[in-house]
Amino acid sequence: MRELHTGQAIQEALAIAMDQDERVFLAGEGVGTSIHDNPLMPTYGLLDRFGKKRVRDTPVSEAAIAGLAVGSSNLGLLPVVEIMFFPFITLASDMLVNHAAKLHYLSGGKSTFPLTVRVKAGLGFQAGCQHSHNLEAWMAHVPGLKIVFPSNPADAKGLLLSSIFDPDPVIVVEEMGLYWASGPTPEGDVRVPLGSAKVLKPGRDATVVAYGTPVYAALQAAGALEEQGIALEVIDLRSLVPLDKKTVLESVCKTGRLITVHDANRFCGFGAELAAMVAEEAFHSLKAPVRRVAGPEAPVPMAPVQESFYKPSAEKVMEAVRSVL
Amino acid sequence: MTTVKPDAGVRRAMLSQMIFIRAFEDRLAELAPQKDALPGMQILATGQEAVAVGVMAPLGSEDVIITNHRSHGHLLARGADPETLMAEIMGRATGVNRGKSGTLHLIVPQVNALMTSTVVGAGPPMAVGAAFAQQYREEKAITVVFFGDGAAAEGSVHEAMNLAAIWKLPLLFVCENNCWAGAQSLAEHCAVGNIAARASAYGMPGQLVDGNNPDEVLEAASQLAGHCREGRGPALMEAFTYRLRGHGEHDRQHYVDPEELALWKAKDPVTTYGVKLTEEGVVAVQDIESMEREAGKRVDEAVAFGQSSPFPKPEEALEHVWVESPWGTP
Ligand SMILES: Cc1ncc(C[n+]2csc(CCOP(=O)(O)OP(=O)(O)O)c2C)c(N)n1
Ligand SMILES: [Mg+2]
Repeated sequence: MRELHTGQAIQEALAIAMDQDERVFLAGEGVGTSIHDNPLMPTYGLLDRFGKKRVRDTPVSEAAIAGLAVGSSNLGLLPVVEIMFFPFITLASDMLVNHAAKLHYLSGGKSTFPLTVRVKAGLGFQAGCQHSHNLEAWMAHVPGLKIVFPSNPADAKGLLLSSIFDPDPVIVVEEMGLYWASGPTPEGDVRVPLGSAKVLKPGRDATVVAYGTPVYAALQAAGALEEQGIALEVIDLRSLVPLDKKTVLESVCKTGRLITVHDANRFCGFGAELAAMVAEEAFHSLKAPVRRVAGPEAPVPMAPVQESFYKPSAEKVMEAVRSVL
Repeated sequence: MTTVKPDAGVRRAMLSQMIFIRAFEDRLAELAPQKDALPGMQILATGQEAVAVGVMAPLGSEDVIITNHRSHGHLLARGADPETLMAEIMGRATGVNRGKSGTLHLIVPQVNALMTSTVVGAGPPMAVGAAFAQQYREEKAITVVFFGDGAAAEGSVHEAMNLAAIWKLPLLFVCENNCWAGAQSLAEHCAVGNIAARASAYGMPGQLVDGNNPDEVLEAASQLAGHCREGRGPALMEAFTYRLRGHGEHDRQHYVDPEELALWKAKDPVTTYGVKLTEEGVVAVQDIESMEREAGKRVDEAVAFGQSSPFPKPEEALEHVWVESPWGTP
């Protein structure tokens, strides 16, 4: 299969959706003209291709950007709006949390909000904690919002396409570090269904569930432990809401051990939800306590050495595995 | 236009500060592309030096300033120590924020530069709080908050202006209009083409000034700061200027019309003010040369201090999440 960078794969998904459906439009700060003159950026070239009507640069106004998505989706458009960095979703949160997520419910099912919010996220670019703060657990806590978190170009493309045409509001988390990472990407309108985790590597000894770039720490740990005769099963969750409970539970029932991995800090992080789910629904299969590998209880630091200290690594995953074997 | 010329000593000091700020940031621009020299993206205020020095000149040390992501000029004009500032920008343990901030949220309590945020539009609401505390304690001090033309599109800024006006808070809003918010031009994000016009909607004075002319900025700032200090409520100053470099140091300005840029380069506040003061006999050419030499030397010292400083230890990332207290932290 041909290879694309994740940024290009997202670009392709956006272009396919826009070609296919006149209702799809893009809006956000710099989605048309950007300070980044880089063909690997997700919205690069789309203004030239689709024009100003459908690719809308906005002022620095996150509440209005999210409101634009809420209002236009209710009237039948399929907005794909961008939040430039994950922490800035707090400025859009009234529109997302109190409106996108609740107006379908409040209308007794009469109104729908098929909107997509692309959120640029991640750490590793030394911008500090007002730019790097993964808030997926906040968003996942809101009934009515779906949230996906791809780790590679094919999923970034496939999940985005599913999100755009999904009838509910979906938040798509794009880790910026992945924009420059390439991988096999199918051509055409190939969608990855929301709520489908993927077993990346089968194994019998312990289940490691990750999403986003921590998937690579998990895979690396699995590779290293393989040489020592320990077989990890690595699951890429891909979608947090809806959650593919079946894939996770089946795996834990087989291995008897669960290790969760994410960049966000541990306390009330998404790993806690996975641990609770396994404790409630697969308790008797567990041979050992659940372990959560996560960022420490601090904001994401700026200094490079501290940033790598913060981020879950393969070593930390291996340590967690060893502690339960 | 300026009515009363500021005192010659003040003008010389402003020129000297502008030269220093430019030298400091030019060095950052030089270091930015070098591998591992500086963490993150450098956001420089090249071309906006006149706003920084003109606004700071009439302020007292008890006044609070709140700046944003484009802060170097504001902080240096306010008298922040260049060595610990440089060390912070380099992400070192000796930095003014112990390497926790880097360039984007430099907080310098020593000069009352508080609550710096890189979240666009976050300064004004916090400035309401600072000005409220000053009013509450019946202080003579005021708060000055800097924000960009882009930030003026955030709802938070409007909420802050309205509340400050209703409560007559001693708060000077300074909109530094550098014609750009990222790659979006002023015309794309502001329908009326100027921010000062909005002041009347909140019932406060609004004044548009030439942000490349330190004398004019100083005069307006001193009048408006006086208005705030006398308990007559907030005021808005818009300093019209231009961002001469990219949004950040990775930005090659591919979206900027080269003619427009050339026009503004010709109005470079550091050179034009130097020429003006020489023509008016306030400084001699040799004075400017010695200001430049002195600035270069101080920047060298700051860089040497930063580069010879250690990086923070990885575990120190966990410090300062909570205030140390006798009953422990979570
Ligand atoms: C809430 C928020 N949205 C977006 C950004 C990204 N961002 C950083 S600076 C900037 C442009 C700000 O323009 P302006 O307020 O005019 O300040 P300038 O950069 O021109 O000094 C943007 C969009 C941000 N930091 N915070
Ligand atoms: Mg601006």
